[in-house]
Amino acid sequence: MSDPGELNVNRREVMVGVGACAALAAAPLSVRAQPAPVGTPVMTQVSFNVNGQVRTLELDTRTTLLDVLREHLHLTGTKKGCDHGQCGACTVLVDGRRINSCLTLAVMHQGGAVTSIEGLGTPDDLHPMQAAFIKHDGYQCGYCTPGQICSGVAVLDEIKAGIPSHVTADLTAPVQLSEAEIRERMSGNICRCGAYSNIVEAMTEVAERQG
Amino acid sequence: MRAFTFERANTPAEAAAAVAHSPGAKFIAGGTNLLDLMKLQIETPTHLVDVNGLKLDTIEPSPEGGLRIGALVRNTDLAANERVRRDYGVLSRALLAGASGQLRNRATTAGNLLQRTRCPYFYDTAQPCNKRQPGSGCSALDGFSRQLGIIGVSDACIATNPSDMAVAMRALDATIETVRPDGATRTIPIAELHRLPGDTPHVETTLEPGELITAATLPPPIGGRQIYRKVRDRASYAFALVSVAAVIQRDGTGRVAVGGVAHKPWRVEAAEADLPHGPRAVTERLLAGAKPTHDNAFKVSLVERTLGAVISEARS
Repeated sequence: MSDPGELNVNRREVMVGVGACAALAAAPLSVRAQPAPVGTPVMTQVSFNVNGQVRTLELDTRTTLLDVLREHLHLTGTKKGCDHGQCGACTVLVDGRRINSCLTLAVMHQGGAVTSIEGLGTPDDLHPMQAAFIKHDGYQCGYCTPGQICSGVAVLDEIKAGIPSHVTADLTAPVQLSEAEIRERMSGNICRCGAYSNIVEAMTEVAERQG
Repeated sequence: MRAFTFERANTPAEAAAAVAHSPGAKFIAGGTNLLDLMKLQIETPTHLVDVNGLKLDTIEPSPEGGLRIGALVRNTDLAANERVRRDYGVLSRALLAGASGQLRNRATTAGNLLQRTRCPYFYDTAQPCNKRQPGSGCSALDGFSRQLGIIGVSDACIATNPSDMAVAMRALDATIETVRPDGATRTIPIAELHRLPGDTPHVETTLEPGELITAATLPPPIGGRQIYRKVRDRASYAFALVSVAAVIQRDGTGRVAVGGVAHKPWRVEAAEADLPHGPRAVTERLLAGAKPTHDNAFKVSLVERTLGAVISEARS
């Protein structure tokens, strides 16, 4: 299958461009084939799956996955907190794993699959983790909540997959779910309102129901 | 963030050549450190070479009986690897003590080795910093230096290497495999990968321009009690004030490397002879010549006490 979003810049073009510039060649070159002068955006086409739908976009190479979700696809459930990978508000699932969407470029996810909070559940059909957060009051202002929920879903999968954590006592034994495990694994999601204990309760309930 | 062109490399040698031949180019793998720095315009690459497609993401037995870890193996996957957990526990422990789950899912082995310091003055573009802007001065020397280096420091820089993983790899005597822009490969003992700051703190490693790390190889397992103890301001998701990676054998001999104290993972093999005699003797040799600041002098005794806790744990 041909890849509709294949990047329009290949190395040869770029390298030819650099060499030509160094030699002060007068031949016209496409903007893409030259190193970008400061402030000149370099546009490129990217295509990936977001919440089950293939999306193809023309993007500035600088665009983070977070900004694509919010500003280009208007999926504003994913939040921008610190924009530096410290708060976890931008957590989404990419190819099944949770990452900080603020610290990755959209162009690095050509052909990838992104699940944001909008893809986990809907108001009429909540994901079990969303329902548990409501039941256990796992938020106050709600700003960090989409990231907490995406992270929470992934954490339970990581425990099931046997991935150890800093608080896992025995690296060679199966990982057991515990409050300590949840707290350690959720440390990349900051909640200024301090809803942590209720988040742990919500996650514990979902984990127990999953068995 | 400054504008940049972008390409995906298909082979390691092609990636190395692409970076070497394009002034201002950088590799990008996980991107968790580079993009952070690009947003602050501390890093301003004009061209990014995406190495994620290079298929350097496997962990395989080495011919010598050790383990060869591809440069693109994510921190989560390295920490969770069964052989690493069984035979190189200190490495699993170090990885799991670092960053957050989200970051570990993205950060790579080579990227972890090459991550930049978290010295607050390196990050503050309004302040002089010899690492960020060579020749501008070091704000940390008379500034807030609680987190910073105590040994191997210079008048130009007291930054620390922030990696936990590298400290464990130093204790395990890992070797780093690279490919150069001309396609030639070489191996570098991890002890020789990172440099001390000297008067060129902006030059952090012995890698050449465009040289790409392709793997880290661990020697055959050496057994022992493998412990990584990290002391930090929070229980999770914080950089080390001091960390100790140790492999302690039944007879009390062993190896120890320390993080959070220097521009590179700090290990003094000669000091390890004193391990059976307790933490004070080891620390005296390990930190001989230390030049702490007023703010971080506590790290000298913190190293000794952390090492003491590690030795006790190994005996238990």
